[in-house]
Amino acid sequence: MAEPAATTPATAVANGTDLVEVRGLAKYFDVSPPLLNRVLQGEPRLILKAVDGIDFVIPKGKTFSLVGESGCGKSTVARLVVGLFKPTRGHIRFDGVDMAGLTKREEIEPVRKRLQMIFQDPYASLNPRWRIGDIIAEPIRAHRLIEGKADILARVGELLTHVGLSPVDAEKFPHEFSGGQRQRISIARALASQPEFLVCDEPTSALDVSVQAQILNLMKQLQREFGLTYLFISHDLAVVYHISDYLGVMYLGRLVEWGTGRRVFGQPRHPYTRMLLDAIPDLEMTGRRRIPVAGEVPNPINPPTGCHFHPRCPFAEDRCRREAPKSLPLPEGGEVACHAVEEGRLEAG
Amino acid sequence: MAVEQRGMEVKVDAPSAGLWAHTVDGLRRFFDGDIWYSFKRSPVTILSAVITVLFMSAALFAPLVAPHDPFDLAQVDLLDSFLPPIWVEGSDPRFLLGTDDQGRDVLSTLMYGSRISLGVGFASVIFSLFLGVGLGLVSGYVGGTVDAVIMRIADVQLSFPAILIALLIDGVARGVLPRDLHGEIWFYVLVFAIGFSGWVQYARTVRGSTLVEKNKEYVQAARIIGIRPALIMLRHVLPNVMGPVLVIATIHLAIAIITEATLSFLGVGVPLTSPSLGTLVRVGQDFLFSGEWWITVFPGIALAVLVLAVNLLGDWLRDVLNPKLR
Amino acid sequence: MSAGAMSDGGKKRPLLQVEDLRIEIPNRRGTLIAVDGVSFQIDEGEVLGVVGESGAGKSLTGSAVIGLLEPPCHVAGGQILLEGRRIDSLPYEEMRRIRGREIGMVFQDPLTSLNPLYTIGRQLGETIRTHTDMGESAARRRSIELLQEVGIPAAERRIDQYPHEFSGGMRQRVVIALALAVNPRLVIADEPTTALDVSIQAQIIALLKKLCREHGAAVMLITHDMGVIAETADRVAVMYAGRIAEIGPVAEVIRNARHPYTHGLMGSIPLVGHDVTRLAQIDGAMPRLNAIPQGCAFNPRCTKAFDLCRQERPELVSTGATHAACWLYDEGGRRDGTHG
Repeated sequence: MAEPAATTPATAVANGTDLVEVRGLAKYFDVSPPLLNRVLQGEPRLILKAVDGIDFVIPKGKTFSLVGESGCGKSTVARLVVGLFKPTRGHIRFDGVDMAGLTKREEIEPVRKRLQMIFQDPYASLNPRWRIGDIIAEPIRAHRLIEGKADILARVGELLTHVGLSPVDAEKFPHEFSGGQRQRISIARALASQPEFLVCDEPTSALDVSVQAQILNLMKQLQREFGLTYLFISHDLAVVYHISDYLGVMYLGRLVEWGTGRRVFGQPRHPYTRMLLDAIPDLEMTGRRRIPVAGEVPNPINPPTGCHFHPRCPFAEDRCRREAPKSLPLPEGGEVACHAVEEGRLEAG
Repeated sequence: MAVEQRGMEVKVDAPSAGLWAHTVDGLRRFFDGDIWYSFKRSPVTILSAVITVLFMSAALFAPLVAPHDPFDLAQVDLLDSFLPPIWVEGSDPRFLLGTDDQGRDVLSTLMYGSRISLGVGFASVIFSLFLGVGLGLVSGYVGGTVDAVIMRIADVQLSFPAILIALLIDGVARGVLPRDLHGEIWFYVLVFAIGFSGWVQYARTVRGSTLVEKNKEYVQAARIIGIRPALIMLRHVLPNVMGPVLVIATIHLAIAIITEATLSFLGVGVPLTSPSLGTLVRVGQDFLFSGEWWITVFPGIALAVLVLAVNLLGDWLRDVLNPKLR
Repeated sequence: MSAGAMSDGGKKRPLLQVEDLRIEIPNRRGTLIAVDGVSFQIDEGEVLGVVGESGAGKSLTGSAVIGLLEPPCHVAGGQILLEGRRIDSLPYEEMRRIRGREIGMVFQDPLTSLNPLYTIGRQLGETIRTHTDMGESAARRRSIELLQEVGIPAAERRIDQYPHEFSGGMRQRVVIALALAVNPRLVIADEPTTALDVSIQAQIIALLKKLCREHGAAVMLITHDMGVIAETADRVAVMYAGRIAEIGPVAEVIRNARHPYTHGLMGSIPLVGHDVTRLAQIDGAMPRLNAIPQGCAFNPRCTKAFDLCRQERPELVSTGATHAACWLYDEGGRRDGTHG
């Protein structure tokens, strides 16, 4: 796979094969108490910087994963990309079109059907009162992709077959299916408008391992069949290793490191990435000693100054406490945002 | 066992997969479901349902089943007035529950009275439901200023007793509208007054459920697909917030009947020409101390039994639909 | 399986014996059998992992041991013995004394296992004073020691704080302190790390392991996460559809699984450093409790199933290093299942 050249982020991989390009993306949430309480109790406004300026690109037909612990903003990124949230700053370009520039319904709709989302909770992602057939046909009807009852029914049957279910399942209700089957239905709905890009927000973390394997295999197979591009959100590094071409590590709203999956797992540079990799349970029982890392993720409403990771970082110095590190390209490709790496205090591990 | 029987029934399915098959399918799922099961196992609920259905059919078919038409002056004879119920000495076998001061059959006035009480009750509940559910849905789904405005109005209204609001609306309507219209539009005034006094509960409940549902992933999926907000509210959110609404509506029916009875008892509700149960109680109470107790006691009992039955149904429905108890 | 078949072999004394446990859930369509014929034992100081997918019956087994099955679930057969004494049919008061005193419990969600209205110190102190004859100030000193032991900084100050003032990882530490407060012989940990972040999981597992060793407590570790089991357990029991599919030393079960289900399960876990385009997968899903197939519960999904598997239910038999409930290892006829 083409390794991104060591250039500035703005031109990193912008060479025409990128389907999705995210630049300086930020989302702040106002989590202040109501006005009355602020006035009476003198409480300040509280701004949660869920996503605080991140850049990445996803080449066509590839999988880009975002990993991080809860509260790091990875799910917010997913919802920004599909347009469920409006960004506070920054741009999302889909196939060269800036999504923020689209305001009219007629402009949005053609883009919308090209990107879809798969959710984490298979029990909440299907309307319990709808039949499977209607759930899967919803995007078809909404975008008027196919007219005529019989043709829609045939298409629904075809989609159900694609995801390993049977066309007769269209008559059933969600509660008749297991978690894994529901996730397949979710995928069938997402595929109904023949999208090119799927945002997958922890699609397997609510599933049992044997079912997770089925869904991951299905997703990889569909990617090959339809040339899909994935943005994959997960906290499970083993799953991410298995599915990704590119990988970004997020910590408290910032992308601390990204690169190809092979590079990030093989030569992690950022201390946080190293810590995460160290925390993967040793299933092969190689006797590797895990180093449990001290500390927990701080409150994202009031994150540490400078580099957000400095209180947990064994390599932190004064500069880390004062100044947020810039994301700098690595010679072997990808980028890392760490003063210690930049100053050469921390060699490739 | 039930499971096996069910398996059999599925095979004997209707040949045409049309509306009929869906109805049959829906019915089968209902009779197989938890609600029907719980109903069968609760004698109190069955009794309440029987009483409610009896009242409703008596009310609906009053002109057909009532022994007399108390409002047909040709049938009413003043000579029959103040006859006691048949088990009391001096009664007339034609009048099961006796007659009132104008010689009208009490049983028949009860049936016609239930007709009006239930009619006003149902109409008020439906009005309330549409208003409350609509406002609650918009409030919860749209949020922001719209939400704040609707909910503050609801708060203000909640700080007055419902009966006071109904009285106020009723009074204002009586003052503003021309006198000769009263005879014609009293029904609508009453329905508006009682209905308007009850929408807040629907709105609050629906708003709460909507806040939960709108953050569920199936709603987000619909938004990503690009379904318009109004359609998402109607097709996705609404069906999933209706459970608690059904419970409130049932209990509200009992409250609406009582409110109407109270207004009529106070003399500002249903006109004397077409008395509801509440009016009958009011009219009859003048004779309570002169010995003709049946004129007021029977409408009172009827009112109490009806309201109790509907209330018990509502309680049962709440228990069945409460997912925590299942 | 007969109870007599389990010999203690003269080495460690079994602390907990579960024999032929059956848990039923009556509902209006009949009775669901959630756990069926489950037998295992835990030796003193041993960590037994219990893994399985959701609905396999692992949590119910744990709840049965500690006597906290939620009605209408109930123990319908078999017995549970703690140090040779039957505890599955004890009256509520006696069971309550055993809980906390002899069996400690760590739940999945640290927030719900702590009372939000009381300070940490009060909850710890109460547990200690209920089960020992310590006075108030002694109990408080012991509470502070415990908090220090589970790695809570500034324990003297934090003891007077409420649960909501602690982060998720810190709360789980408090729960562990609570479970170990009076040195129980056995700790049942039900998904202790599932609600926690990846980096915290490692800390909690390490802590749980270290403390149980120091306190000499045996652990029944219930989880769906094979990684946690691999790092912590001595032996592991793999549950499927309410039955034990395979039980044995953790290294054997993980590296060299005998039962086709365990084998498939291990193959379906993605591993860092293993480049495969396709994960091994077990087709289908675990049956619902009302549709457990005849014979071996796994037979419809098993690639190696033959006629006998569809007809008769296999018992646990020795496969060398492990015991598996699989006809593949039961040469000619049935043998009585014995646990090494």
